[in-house]
Amino acid sequence: MTKPAATSEPYTTVIGLEVHVQLQTNTKLFCGCSTKFGAPPNTQVCPVCLGLPGSLPVMNREAFQLAMKAALALECRIAPFTKWDRKNYFYPDLPKGYQISQFDLPFSSDGWLEVVDPKGAFARKVGIIRVHLEEDAGKSMHDEAAGTADTRIDLNRAGTPLCEIVTQPDLRSPQEARAWLNELKLLLVYLGVSDCNMQEGSLRVDANVNLHIQRPDGSVAKTPIVEIKNMNSFRSVERALTYEAARQYDEWQATGAELGKIPKQTRGWDDPAGVTRAQRHKEESSDYRYFPDPDLVPVTVSEAQIATVKASMGEPPTVLRTTLAERWKISAYDADVLVNQGRELVAYFEDLATRVGEGKVASNWLQQDVLRTLNERGEAIEAFPIRPDALADLIGRVQRGDFDTSRGREIFAAVLASGRSVADVVASLGIAAVGDDELIALCKQLIAENPKIVADVQGGKEQAAAGLIGQAKKKNPNVNPAKVRQTCVDLIKAM
Amino acid sequence: MTLARKDVAKVAMLARLALSDVELETMTSELSKIVGFVSLLEELDTSTVAPLAHPLDTQNAFRDDVPRPSLSTAEALQSAPRHDGECFLVPAVLGESGAA
Amino acid sequence: MQPAELSAVDLVAAIRQGDLTAVQCIEAFLDRVARLDGSINAFLKVDREGALATAAAIDARRKAGQPLGALAGLPVAVKDALCTRDLPTTCASKMLAGFRPPYDADTVARLRAADAVIVGKTNMDEFAMGGSNENSAFGPVKNPWDLSRAPGGSSGGSAACVAADMAPVAIGSDTGGSIRQPAGLCGITGLKPTYGRVSRRGLVAFASSLDQIGPMARSAADCALVLETIAGHDPLDSTSLAVDVPRYTELLEQPLTGLRIGRVRDHYAEGLDPEVGKGVDEAFAVFEAAGATIHEVELPHAKYGVPTYYLIAPCEASSNLARYDGAHYGHRCDTLRGGFDSPLVEMYCRSRGEGFGPEVKRRIMLGTYALSAGYYDAYYAKALTVRRLIRQDYLDAFERVDLIGGPVSATPAFKLGEKTGDPLAMYLVDLYTVATNLAGVGGISFPCGFTKGGLPVGFQLQGPALAEPLLLRAADRFQRLTDWHLRRPKQIA
Repeated sequence: MTKPAATSEPYTTVIGLEVHVQLQTNTKLFCGCSTKFGAPPNTQVCPVCLGLPGSLPVMNREAFQLAMKAALALECRIAPFTKWDRKNYFYPDLPKGYQISQFDLPFSSDGWLEVVDPKGAFARKVGIIRVHLEEDAGKSMHDEAAGTADTRIDLNRAGTPLCEIVTQPDLRSPQEARAWLNELKLLLVYLGVSDCNMQEGSLRVDANVNLHIQRPDGSVAKTPIVEIKNMNSFRSVERALTYEAARQYDEWQATGAELGKIPKQTRGWDDPAGVTRAQRHKEESSDYRYFPDPDLVPVTVSEAQIATVKASMGEPPTVLRTTLAERWKISAYDADVLVNQGRELVAYFEDLATRVGEGKVASNWLQQDVLRTLNERGEAIEAFPIRPDALADLIGRVQRGDFDTSRGREIFAAVLASGRSVADVVASLGIAAVGDDELIALCKQLIAENPKIVADVQGGKEQAAAGLIGQAKKKNPNVNPAKVRQTCVDLIKAM
Repeated sequence: MTLARKDVAKVAMLARLALSDVELETMTSELSKIVGFVSLLEELDTSTVAPLAHPLDTQNAFRDDVPRPSLSTAEALQSAPRHDGECFLVPAVLGESGAA
Repeated sequence: MQPAELSAVDLVAAIRQGDLTAVQCIEAFLDRVARLDGSINAFLKVDREGALATAAAIDARRKAGQPLGALAGLPVAVKDALCTRDLPTTCASKMLAGFRPPYDADTVARLRAADAVIVGKTNMDEFAMGGSNENSAFGPVKNPWDLSRAPGGSSGGSAACVAADMAPVAIGSDTGGSIRQPAGLCGITGLKPTYGRVSRRGLVAFASSLDQIGPMARSAADCALVLETIAGHDPLDSTSLAVDVPRYTELLEQPLTGLRIGRVRDHYAEGLDPEVGKGVDEAFAVFEAAGATIHEVELPHAKYGVPTYYLIAPCEASSNLARYDGAHYGHRCDTLRGGFDSPLVEMYCRSRGEGFGPEVKRRIMLGTYALSAGYYDAYYAKALTVRRLIRQDYLDAFERVDLIGGPVSATPAFKLGEKTGDPLAMYLVDLYTVATNLAGVGGISFPCGFTKGGLPVGFQLQGPALAEPLLLRAADRFQRLTDWHLRRPKQIA
């Protein structure tokens, strides 16, 4: 189901994305060097990834498995026979002088991933042209401030396994693009394929964008496609696309240049300045002279292998949202929030909901109290000290009426701060259920002290009794506010 | 079969080979001869023949995702024409990117 | 006893029995190197100190009763295309002058593990590109049989080394004939195993789908001894065959009755030197007398072998040699003077222009051209289809015969400088050998006679995939019935 994005611009923005994700393997694609992020330069290199004479690549089985998972989750067709090709070009971060990639026979193709805005602003099914596997290049660093004429090359990253995901130009707004990227990230994180961390470079995005402009006579003018690079976050992607669409429209109005008349341009996003800038036009169009890599043998994939991989994948986020909502009778919105937090939080939720016996309550506590705490502390749910059994205990007491929700929150905070059990904290706070007689006595006291409120209630304004709750709590913090209000109303009516 | 000098010059740039004018001249005539010679294959109709990239039919050669020892930085840089103890050094690559 | 007169098999036995120490053995051969190599130039690097130290350690272990490897004390010369951790690996190129790789090739590691003693690195055509060893940046190798002639190539240094008894065995590599052809021109035995039989890890790549490492020695029996050690599956080489290694030395002793040897109707008969033709005829006669039967076979696409090879090999090479750019290792040109798009591009172009010799540049250019946009289908892709036809020729022929025999070279050793003016003429020295690599099968060459002028004539046997036991057995049987392989060049002053 695809809904067109509502737009007030006089054009349609047409966006395709090219995403590179680093696969979460222990070692590189063709050698046994570690892929851990942040190591000192040139400490995770060997003859293979350095491209030393005589070195040979051998494919990492786990990388291929993860790539297959990603492709299957993106509903792609897996090729029964796939091969590896050399993409030949010279650059100092590419020590062999070629990148091992896939050219005409990628291991997967023809899939899709849908993004649905939970607030209903858009729904877009984005086609995936291909997903292929290739090795990453190293890093070149130029320190202009140091004023040297050299560029420094660190080859730690060279050889890291990358999945390249190329979409059809199906996206129709910068907002859709950002949302789709979030959905892709969520999916790949769920699968354990990649941690999709743009800051650490494990996810990189380039965007291709042009405009379809409706002319007064009904014909459509198409602007030349621009490739945008150097976007460092999903927010940058949205900002860059927004800027570029407006820029292309201005340019079209000024020059009328159309698709096909000028070559595809590459522009870099300058985040601080908030603009895209044309990059230096290369003196030769790249002739990569692709040919099958003779050092690697082809890979065959059987239906049985595909089935095994599928069986190991677990539910993807889209399915999980529906499953959770139906199973626990929570809203689509709530399901979305929980699923977006990741597999571990969903597991926590389901454990909690099972114990509590109800989904909505569990969801509320998770969203309002647990998530808030996790965000404040920058922690992951796995490290959260209050486990589902303890939280279920606390919620159970609230449900039983031992104390109200707001009291429950205080206990929650105290448990978090002290590390003591719920029972301990309850006892130490002197929380005990207030017996009926005690409650009645208290209410009678309040009634005696508040003739105006009594008069209001007697005059028909029952809600005025709520004004007694605060006073009741001051006398005895353990009272249940609802019970106080009801008891007072009953007593006043009986007067 | 004669190759044009400017085409040979383009190939030299693709291959990152600096050729003097004399070398370019010689290379153009030599390559022309060699390309003429290998064009003998045009005699054969191979439209129904699949290419053979590997002489033997091996497939699916994989290794486990298990770390193997890396080189030390010193070893990695030991043959570098220029380095700073941590990184390889090359002439500045300002404002360029590698592949598209 | 003179170690230089013994076979590798006998040397190893003598050392194991204590009749000869490893040090004595190494000294004897190093002595010959010191005396002879000045005129031959087979070695790029002789490791006297390291070899003697290794030999001494082996002697000590033997004395202490510790177990020794299968090649204990055997001197081995290694083509400078294989990486050795402790010795420079130059591929006879200025590009890698002084380069020390931080690791050993798999073959080198296996030799060391078998207690062989690596005495040095041998000269070769630069980056294995050539058929005469005249493309070395460090001077040509001379044929020990006639110092005015080429030893063949690209493993010319290894071939000359064995021919002059400067080492009993040498390791070569063969991409289009580079073991077999120089073996033929130098009167020794050289084996190119089936593709994937020996790991290519650590062999500086020329053409990855064609390269194979192999033994060069005075006899098939000696080759068998070395092959047992260097063959085997290497999980770090994706093209390495996961097949057990037969005990080649134990499979030699079998009669040849029933062996069917094919003889190809020669497409190059006009260019075949009559004395070579005579030697080949006589070799067939020896096999027949030994009980084999000779059958005419066709390799219908044989004439397309050289052009197919000279497309596939340069294409792969143009990519394999892209790493030599002066950035991370190897020669870098530091005096930049502009004239290019950027200093980086200039560095690449000048470094490679200076580091590579003319033949290497030619092949890189040819390969780059043939892979480039617009030409890929007509050249590289086309060659890959012809390759399949050539392989099919072999598969068809081997339905009818067990081995195919014939010349390994159209002429005996040619004069230095004779073919260097014409690249194509040099390419044609490979005409009997390239198809073996294209098909991925094995081949062995060994001497079958001499010309009136005293130059060796070589004979080649080719077999189906993994037929090394049969190739070695047939060559070994030939060498029991003849003594061409025992002839030595006159003492070189």
